[in-house]
Amino acid sequence: MAVALPADAPLVLGNHTLKSRLIVGTGKYATHDLMRDCLEASGSEVITVAVRRERLIDKDGRSLLEFIDLSRYTILPNTAGCFSADDAVRHARLGREILQGLDNRGADWVKLEVLGDKKTLLPDPVATLKATEQLVADGFQVLCYATDDPMTAKRLKEAGATSVMPAGSPIGSGQGILNPNNIRICLEYLKENDPTYPVIVDAGVGTASDVSFAMELGCDGVLLNTGIAGARDPLMMAHAMRQGTIAGRLAYLAGRIPRKLYATASSPETGVVAPMPR
Amino acid sequence: MNMTIVMNGQPRQIEAGTTVARLLETLEMQPRFLAVERNFELVPRTRHAECVLEEGDALEIVTLVGGG
Repeated sequence: MAVALPADAPLVLGNHTLKSRLIVGTGKYATHDLMRDCLEASGSEVITVAVRRERLIDKDGRSLLEFIDLSRYTILPNTAGCFSADDAVRHARLGREILQGLDNRGADWVKLEVLGDKKTLLPDPVATLKATEQLVADGFQVLCYATDDPMTAKRLKEAGATSVMPAGSPIGSGQGILNPNNIRICLEYLKENDPTYPVIVDAGVGTASDVSFAMELGCDGVLLNTGIAGARDPLMMAHAMRQGTIAGRLAYLAGRIPRKLYATASSPETGVVAPMPR
Repeated sequence: MNMTIVMNGQPRQIEAGTTVARLLETLEMQPRFLAVERNFELVPRTRHAECVLEEGDALEIVTLVGGG
């Protein structure tokens, strides 16, 4: 009989309780069908979307929403492309309006992105903090895309962010987690006297080992998009990312061995047969 | 009588007195997937039928698309 996979606590993000610790985006897929298959393979329960102008000239173009089972997935609308707090708040309200109309559970939250510039797409911490305050006051559960700076992370949590989501590296860069020490400090500060406060690595994840590494550091989840959508075989990578998330989480729970400079034999050092004379 | 509004960045002639609901009907757009903003303020779905547009209004009609 196989040994069962150990049970894990769910990921709690505000009033959302999730079995999967992987959140995936819906952007950059070659086709809607491929996207739908990748979402399923990823095992994610939450998927991110963006708010954009309706293409008025293309009435026959099918909407993304026709390819998503709205009873199965919780939609997490983002404020991608916003460079000011005011614009981010507008986008959040527009996303909520659509999701309320669709009766989706995601109508009460937002993935807040307020960016500093187009070249790096790094978060503007001052504007992100301002937008967080406004959105929390407006009743949103705010999941904040942030830099990996521990002080910014603390400020966002104090402002009422439901989760702080430090970037591993710039959006879509595939560089993985460039500064694990900052992520470690973010985790320590954000979880101080509040061990269940959720911290999610958002952005920069390139492959399954990056996801595992984030989870091994003690992050509660990972949010990614390009790592799957941009892979040579997105569907295969969606499976890999799912398993990478689980592997990293289990390794974190299991507790890794300490790093040592010198070897420690795994096989007994006693009872070794006599060596040949040399 | 016609008037000009700006819809998703493009000028557009519509009949004076047109409401948001009527405009969406004219455009044959499925309001279920849409949200409308008028002069930077959200117009909730419940008010589409009563929100009468005025000359020079700037509308944003948005939907959800793929994103990360």
